[in-house]
Order: sequence, then structure tokens, then C-alpha cells
Amino acid sequence: MSETPVSKIQLRNVEKRFRSARGDQQIALSRLDLDIKAGEFVCLVGPSGCGKTTLINLMAGFEKPTSGSVLIDGEPVTAPNPDHIMIFQDYGLYPWRTVLGNVLFGLQARGVPAAQAREKALAALEMVGLSQSIDKHPHELSGGMKQRASIARALAVEPSVLFMDEPFAALDAFTRLHLQDELLRIWTETKPTVVFVTHDLDEAIALGQRVVLMAPQPGRIQKILEVKLPHPRERTEQEFATFRKRLFTEFHLVHQQAAAVEYQI
Amino acid sequence: MRSWLENYLVPLLTVAAFVLIWQVAARRYPPEQFPAPSDVVLAIKELSDNGVLWTNIGISLARFAAAYLMAVVAGIPLGLFLGRFTRCHRAIDPLIQVLRPISPIAWFPLAVLWFGIGNAPAVFIIFLASFYPVLLTTISSVRGVPPVYLKVSTNFGAGAFLTFVRVIVPAAFPGIMVGLHIAVGTGWIHLVAGEMLGAQSGLGFMIVDARNFLRTDQVMAGMLLVGLLGLAIYKAMKTFEKAIGRRWGVAA
Repeated sequence: MSETPVSKIQLRNVEKRFRSARGDQQIALSRLDLDIKAGEFVCLVGPSGCGKTTLINLMAGFEKPTSGSVLIDGEPVTAPNPDHIMIFQDYGLYPWRTVLGNVLFGLQARGVPAAQAREKALAALEMVGLSQSIDKHPHELSGGMKQRASIARALAVEPSVLFMDEPFAALDAFTRLHLQDELLRIWTETKPTVVFVTHDLDEAIALGQRVVLMAPQPGRIQKILEVKLPHPRERTEQEFATFRKRLFTEFHLVHQQAAAVEYQI
Repeated sequence: MRSWLENYLVPLLTVAAFVLIWQVAARRYPPEQFPAPSDVVLAIKELSDNGVLWTNIGISLARFAAAYLMAVVAGIPLGLFLGRFTRCHRAIDPLIQVLRPISPIAWFPLAVLWFGIGNAPAVFIIFLASFYPVLLTTISSVRGVPPVYLKVSTNFGAGAFLTFVRVIVPAAFPGIMVGLHIAVGTGWIHLVAGEMLGAQSGLGFMIVDARNFLRTDQVMAGMLLVGLLGLAIYKAMKTFEKAIGRRWGVAA
């Protein structure tokens, strides 16, 4: 078994290389270690090209590492798993299905009996506040409601891990803040492990118990910041500002490094 | 009020103007060479009265329906298969690309040789004309299914069969509808050609037959009816599409 049994997700020496269109190797992630505890809320932030999306795809099983190991519950991740659900920025809702139909999809895929599936789907929709819109089709919903529906679809199958790849990036600021609070409420109620990718530093500090700051060229972890503030967090408080400042300072450093690398070449 | 004007009155006026210019222009030529709209209307009445018209329309529609249905029944499953299995598609694509640009009419000599004179060559030609649009749009619709739909399906543990039936087919459906639509157009266009060449009945034959008797008014009557029926089929298709679109939850 793994040396740290408390780790829900364990990455050891993970490296990911791509071959670019021109044929040269690019290192998307370089020798990366990370441990995430069960029930923890971790945010991955960083500038574009730092490999944060690659990293979440590796954990979710959509991609395989070139070397190193990705373990969840001590088992190597080889493929996507219904116990670890990914939530996408563009929702991935099926336009030909109603909201309820979309939430039912995951349960049908698992062969849950119809009556029981309906019950679970309705409960999940209730949790995200979409009980009034179950018969609507996705094109009738706002962006925020679509993301609620896709979160409900994930919650319905009661996954132990939620992977969220910039889920609120396409939403307007007001909706985004509101959904952040909603997500925290849901997380507090159901306590899945959450890995949340974002490029918004404020979002990372508002949500994460830990914020993993990543740096590009090659993609790596620059700094892990523990945000020791209780949820829900008051975004205007002094302590929040302190963490915000620390993260911004680090982020600035990443940018300077990246710029230096770029201009030296 | 404005929409009514734009939707009905303006097009109607355009048609009226067209008919008027046609009528005036036709006066300058002998009717055997360039019949006037009034001659064409009389020809339609004559053909309708002696029953020739209705028999031929019935035969043409039946041939078209048979050929089109065969094209759909063959094209959609094959397209779904080739769209899903990239390797098979890569293997067979060059063959499709060579056969497709050959006009269905070019198949006519072989069609008559193989099937003789009658329904079969015409049906074969309409089939060819409808088959490729159905096949190619189905393939590209399946290949164009957004990757995120498949990722979601895999993530939730849906098997290959469930993914195919519940995700790929519905996701490809709007694109397939476009192909069905195009195929109605190409199929109907080739109906006349198919019937002119190898049949003893139908609207295409009616046109050729009229030409043999120098009945130019009946030739034009046939042409006009082909156009009007094409329009009617197109409209019916649109209505069907809208109903389906509403059911499918895509904005109609």
C-alpha cells in the first residue's frame, strides 16, 4: 500500500511530454509530486501553459503520464472512473436531453433502476437549486444554470472526487461568485475531494484549503499555499487580503521567471 | 403586418411579374418554340383531364420515395459505422471519393444494361443521387460529435453500446437531417433525368414524350410540375425537421 494512507490522490514523479506539431518534444509537466487528502478542496492555479489542465486530466484518467504514477485510493489511474467525475468549463450537457434527462444519464450508465435513478436525480437537482427547471432543455438555461445542471449530474452518482476544470470561467462575475458559494455549501454537505482548476487567483483563495500555484516551461509546482481560513470566507476581510497578497506576490514571481525564460531564448 | 407583406405579398408579386414578362416575351415567338404561361396552364389542364398527369405524378413520387428510402436505409447505418470506426473510414474513403464525383447519369448505360428498361434504372439513379449526401453527412456528423460529449459518457462509465445509441446517434442527428435534406434535392433533380433516359412512365418520360410530339407546352407543363412538387417536398421536409428539432431540444 501507499506510504501515506491518508492521501486520496497521490502523484509521484509525474511527467508528461507531448510531441508538438513540428515534431519536437514539449514537457507539459516535469517530475511533479502532490498529495491530496480525502475530502480536501484543492485549487490549481497558474498562467496558461503551466500544465494545470494536463494535470487534472491525468488525475481524472483522460490522459496518461509519460512517466511517474498517479494513484487514487492507492490504485493507479488508468481510465476515467465514475467515482471521479470531471466537470467541464463548457458543461458537456446533452442538448437533446432535458435537465432531468442529463442528470439521469450518469445513473443510467451505471444501471441504476429507473425509480431510484429519478429519486437521486431529483435530489441532486434540489441540491443545486434547479428543481424548477428539470423539464427545460440546456439551450433554455443561462450559463450558470447549465453549470448547476452539470454539477447535479456529477453529484447524482455520488462521486468521491470532483474534478473541476475552470468550471466558472465562462460565467459573469456575479454568477461566478454566487456559484462559488453554492459549491462550498455543497462541498460542506457532501464532502467529496475537490480538485479545482482556475486561472482566477481570487477564486482560488475563496475556495481552496490549499492553493497549488503552478509555473510554466516546464509545467511544475511553484508553491503550495495553505489558506487557513474557515469556510465560508468573507472576501472583504483583512486575512483574506493577506492570503491574496501572498498569492499575488508568488504569481508575479512566476510571471517574471516565465518572461525571463522567454527573452533569453 | 410587415412580416405578412414580406413573407407572402412580395414573393407573390415577384411571381406575377415573372409570369407577365414570360407572357409578353412569348408573344414574339411561335408557341411550338416558346409557349406562353397561358399555353402551359392549358396543357396542364389537358394532361390532367385525360389522366396522364396524375398517373405519371404517382409513378414518379413512388419511384422517388422508394429510391430515397433505400438511400436513407443504406446511407445512415453505413455512415454511422464509418463515422465511428476511423480505420474503416480511412480504408474506404478513397473509394468513396472516386465514385462520388461520377454523375449518377453516367451510370445510366450500365443501369439499363443491368436492370433493363422500367422502374429499376430510374430508381437506381435517384438512389445514387441521394445516397452520397446521406452517407457523407452522416460520417461527418458522427466524426463531428463534440469530444466533451464522449468524455462525459466515458467518465460516467457508459459502455460502447450506450454511448453509441444514447450519445453519438442523437448528437449526430441534426447533421444527419441536413444530409437527408440535401438528398431530397439531389434525388428529385435526378428523378427527371432517370425517367427521361430509361423509363416509359413518370414525369421525366412525360417530358420526353411531349418533346417527341413537339408539344413544347406539355414539356414546360412537366417542368413546372417537377418544380412545384419539389417545392412541396421541400416544405414537407422543413415541417418534419422543425417538429423533430423541437423534440430534440435544439432551437428550431
